[in-house]
Amino acid sequence: MATRTVELSVGQSREMGAEGRGARSPIAPFDIPEPEFGTEHMLINIGPQHPATHGVLRLVCELDGETVKKVVPHIGYLHSSFEKLGEYRTWNQIVPLTDRMDYLAPLIYNCAYVMSVEKLMGIEVTERCKVVRVMLMELDRIFGHLLWLGTTAIDVGAFTPFLYAFQERERIYKLHESLTGARITTSATRVGGMMADLPEGWLDSLLAFLDTFPKTLGEIHHLLTANQIHIGRTQGVGVIGAADAINYGFTGPNLRAAGVDYDVRKDRPYYDYETYDFEVPVGEHGDCYDRYLCRMEEMEQSVSLLRQAMARLPGGPINVSDTRISLPSKTDAMSDMESMIHHFKLITEGIPAPEGDCYMAIEASKGELGMYVVAEEGDTKPVRWRVRPPSFVNLSVIPKLAEGHLVSDLIMINASLDIVLGEIDR
Amino acid sequence: MADKTKSGLDAVDEGPISSEAPPASATGSSGDPNQHASVAALLATFGSAVHRHRIAAGDQFVVWIDAARSHEVLTWLKNDPAHAYDMMSDVTAVDYGSGRPLEVVYQMFSTTHKRELRIRCTLPLDGLEIDSVCDLWKSANWVEREVFDMFGISFRGHPDLRRILMPDDYAEGHPLRKDFPLRGRFSRAEQTRRALAQDVERFYLAEDLTHGMPQEVAPAQAAMLADGSGKEDS
Repeated sequence: MATRTVELSVGQSREMGAEGRGARSPIAPFDIPEPEFGTEHMLINIGPQHPATHGVLRLVCELDGETVKKVVPHIGYLHSSFEKLGEYRTWNQIVPLTDRMDYLAPLIYNCAYVMSVEKLMGIEVTERCKVVRVMLMELDRIFGHLLWLGTTAIDVGAFTPFLYAFQERERIYKLHESLTGARITTSATRVGGMMADLPEGWLDSLLAFLDTFPKTLGEIHHLLTANQIHIGRTQGVGVIGAADAINYGFTGPNLRAAGVDYDVRKDRPYYDYETYDFEVPVGEHGDCYDRYLCRMEEMEQSVSLLRQAMARLPGGPINVSDTRISLPSKTDAMSDMESMIHHFKLITEGIPAPEGDCYMAIEASKGELGMYVVAEEGDTKPVRWRVRPPSFVNLSVIPKLAEGHLVSDLIMINASLDIVLGEIDR
Repeated sequence: MADKTKSGLDAVDEGPISSEAPPASATGSSGDPNQHASVAALLATFGSAVHRHRIAAGDQFVVWIDAARSHEVLTWLKNDPAHAYDMMSDVTAVDYGSGRPLEVVYQMFSTTHKRELRIRCTLPLDGLEIDSVCDLWKSANWVEREVFDMFGISFRGHPDLRRILMPDDYAEGHPLRKDFPLRGRFSRAEQTRRALAQDVERFYLAEDLTHGMPQEVAPAQAAMLADGSGKEDS
């Protein structure tokens, strides 16, 4: 077939393996002696308003010719002081702040925050709630990775994967919308449960998504994985070793691409992740290409996790029955005196917490997301609410990764880290 | 955990369930140090530098250590093969307000032993200084800068201790301290006036500017130079 011939001629090179996969080597550089242009270094400013910075990130680069000598990232342009705001809000009122941090995978943030508060208060959520939250977190892992995939492909000049990825994202947006009424700012969770149970027909829509999504993913694989241009731009770029990756605080797919088998879902399991059957993809080279492969595989694992969760989804209530935590139904609040009192108390006072602190780490799409809450006896608001944003720590490694690479590689490295400035600046 | 809510006159007798009671007692016990190998070892090795320890949120071990010896203890925790906390997940601080001391919180994880541990150091308000752990874990770099920015705690030996989220010349204080008002120290109008009066050059570090090329001459001056009517190029 005509298309097949074209693909083969693009893909054929000495370095291709037997099964048509790209061999792991960058395109050989031209052997031309470097001309003398003098030694003056140049200072170049990228951002904060630049599409390749994936947000309002500003990178000040010191260049020697086209080689990056030093990068100084400047952040804080999106700083909204969410942590300070949280100290003035009751436990449930903080939920809307959380999805504005990682607006690319908001449900993970919603879930992580309430999980931390529930752990602090010693609340055990219902079985149904656990499985529903696992489903939402895995769905948003795909959601976050798809955005990363599309925008990163654009950064290396591939436009088609962007369209494919955003078409799939649009379907997840629709799932968000039918679940919560909002496409991005979902605020789907509450302490002790969810804002609402899954709407009717939602699981069918999810299943329809799961049935066709792997096909699209396969097409994107086909476009990028063995693509010589993509391989040339990503292999051997932004390399970090395993020990360095841990020391520099890498987490998530970035860390696993460097060959460290660390996934919070496996190492510190929550919500019965140890009973699900899934693999954690681990790379070996720690370069941009391995980060790409890890994320692609993670999406497939998430699809499998979603199917498993759907299969085991139990019935029963989604919120805990404790009247000091969960709001009564509207009918009860309007007809039953007790329920009305509880409703009034919960709305006006909030949920009192015991004295203590709690750090809850979960595996977000970008890495280890830690939620640290501190309360004093009976507090209905946190004394301190701290978010350990994975992107923040991942981004701090960029000066090390980009040193000695070309400016165009800096763009690729920045893209491969999968940052979201909403959670970096908070 | 909830008792069956009574209704009717039974409920009137009993009154509403007190919402003041905490939902469950998940915290509070100081715990058995032997449950966590690192806590027991810390007590044995650094007796006086370990102030107290407890279990928070059901199963999380927290150890309060002497701030003056924090670097020594943390170095040991990282380098001792029996503990090997190679991952510094988070460094943050807590301000309880009303003049109480600030606390620096280190959240660590060992990828070899799959153990987590939280270390806290108490710092009096008039001595907000602690050793940086940046030399041990590079991941502490930005998080320590954030603690400096938000709480004003300075880290001795940090390679690059500047503000990170707030502007470099932000002079209103440290936003996450309890004495900092939610809306900032000045009125919105004053904040806008200050923002508009900012100098553009300020957005580069002094260090950055030394690497820059000298400014190009203006076109009019360049024409004069080409004519030879202007001063000779040096």
